[in-house]
Amino acid sequence: MGVGILVENLNAWYGSTHTLQDINLHIPANHATALIGPSGCGKSTFVRCLNRMHETNPVARATGVVKMGEIDIYKDASPVEIRRRLGMVFQRPNPFPTMSIYDNVISGLKLNGFRNRQILDETVERSLKQAALWEEVKDDLKKKSGASLSGGQQQRMCIARALAVDPEVLLMDEPASALDPVSTSKIEDLIFQLKSQYTIVIVTHNMQQAARVAENTGFFLNGKMVEFDSTHKIFTNPRDKRTEDYITGRFG
Amino acid sequence: MSSPRMTTENESGSGLPNIVPAPPAKFVSDPNPVSSAPAAPSMIREYLNNCDSGAMADKSFAAVMLLCACSIFAIVAFIFGILVVHSHLSLAQFGWKFFARSAWDPVSGDFGAFPFIYGTLATSLLALVMAVPLALGVAIFLTELCPQVLRAPISFLTELLAAIPSVVYGLWAVFVLVPIMRDTLGPFLYKFFGWTGLFEGANFGVGLLTASIILAIMILPIISSLTRDIMTAVPNSQREAVLALGATRWEMIRVGVLRNSRIGIVGAIMLGLGRALGETMAVTMVIGNHPEISKSLFAPGYTLASVIANEFSEATGDLYLSALIEIGLALFLVTIIVNAIARLMVWAVTRGAPARVH
Repeated sequence: MGVGILVENLNAWYGSTHTLQDINLHIPANHATALIGPSGCGKSTFVRCLNRMHETNPVARATGVVKMGEIDIYKDASPVEIRRRLGMVFQRPNPFPTMSIYDNVISGLKLNGFRNRQILDETVERSLKQAALWEEVKDDLKKKSGASLSGGQQQRMCIARALAVDPEVLLMDEPASALDPVSTSKIEDLIFQLKSQYTIVIVTHNMQQAARVAENTGFFLNGKMVEFDSTHKIFTNPRDKRTEDYITGRFG
Repeated sequence: MSSPRMTTENESGSGLPNIVPAPPAKFVSDPNPVSSAPAAPSMIREYLNNCDSGAMADKSFAAVMLLCACSIFAIVAFIFGILVVHSHLSLAQFGWKFFARSAWDPVSGDFGAFPFIYGTLATSLLALVMAVPLALGVAIFLTELCPQVLRAPISFLTELLAAIPSVVYGLWAVFVLVPIMRDTLGPFLYKFFGWTGLFEGANFGVGLLTASIILAIMILPIISSLTRDIMTAVPNSQREAVLALGATRWEMIRVGVLRNSRIGIVGAIMLGLGRALGETMAVTMVIGNHPEISKSLFAPGYTLASVIANEFSEATGDLYLSALIEIGLALFLVTIIVNAIARLMVWAVTRGAPARVH
């Protein structure tokens, strides 16, 4: 089961650039939440603040409160503990090229010293099935390198890798932007199925994608969250003029 | 969800009958973009149409490059040939057993290369054992942990180390390393690790261990700066992929960085080993120059390169000269064999898993 995320007064900087300004937001558990907005508006930074990947950049910093369930992720836990509980899928597939498909999927478990072979085998099968990749790769799990798969397969393998550690929250930073329409629709189906078990936050440039998979949508602009509401409301009757301009393509 | 406001960015209407795409005004204003091209044939098109296809240039370029590549084979074959031709006296006298014989007696004309091969391999491998962990540590620190302000000075200093002539290293070793070896480090090693049998016999400060240490210092900058470059080239997405799985910094370096650059690191080590095998001056100054094979690292030794440098000018007699040239042949072969073994090891480790990083 997933947990909800509560964000209060989140501010983030890259060097002297104030990339996120006073973000307040509640992401409900076991739902998909989409974040939309033009390039550079801060939505990726926002997602990276949720699993503390933002601070891996030496010039980046963040202030504010982010609560995952009862835990304040900036106060009560280390980044390592947080990232074990929030899986992340990146914009471009990033498989480990020196590992087989099998080792790629269980890499998160192996890192944390998990060695039970039987459970590892089961986990590989479960996560690859969840990621709708099992049928395509089950015969050469240990023979093929993760990098030998096609782009869409690689991305689904990366989703399986994130799911293998059984995270409570799944963060997806434009997971389908580098993929063709067939792979994209597979990944959207996946999100649709996964959201009953995980809390999903998905950054996307594709507004139809947001409309298809997410219950709630937030619109970011210039480092601020302009509007956050149910997806239906955002796309049919937005409160803010800027949101309306963006979703109708009249922007800029 | 069907709303007239709903528009698309790039997938207008793909499988979405319930969403009516309303293309933005700026896209409909010019239904036929080709019409906006100038009507008359432009200068640029005319110029490009009349350009030479470049097929000749391409062919001659390919031929020149092929020649360059072939010159490598030619040089190797030529050196090998000269070495074999000029060592024919010694080859005729001792045959291929030369490489396994331990005698080295210019007076009675009895020669063998084994102690030199041993000295070369022992000092070089020992130098690798000392230099590789240190070099990897330097490279990891520089690429992953170092504060930005320290990065440039440390990189600069490492590269400076590589630029110091080997005779200067030799002098430093004679005046600094040898006394330390004799008075401090040697007795310490004897006291605590004497039981291994590696630190026995008289310790004069010169010998295999001293030569190995100076070699290690000399190959350290090569290995670390190459390794640093290789590790810098690992894309950040690999680091983030590991971190996002809940890895600590060390796990990130191990899985995300070292694993992806292992082939390059082996290559860097090989280059360092190549330098260690062929290094002459500094080693000659501190190894003791005595062709013997001893288990003790305090014992003096001799390397293939040192014996050539020391004795070539005073070699009297054709057989002596010929034997020295065959020592050169031995060095040539040792280098090739060691490199071949390293390639085999890389192949064995990476078989089946392509190591290219996207």
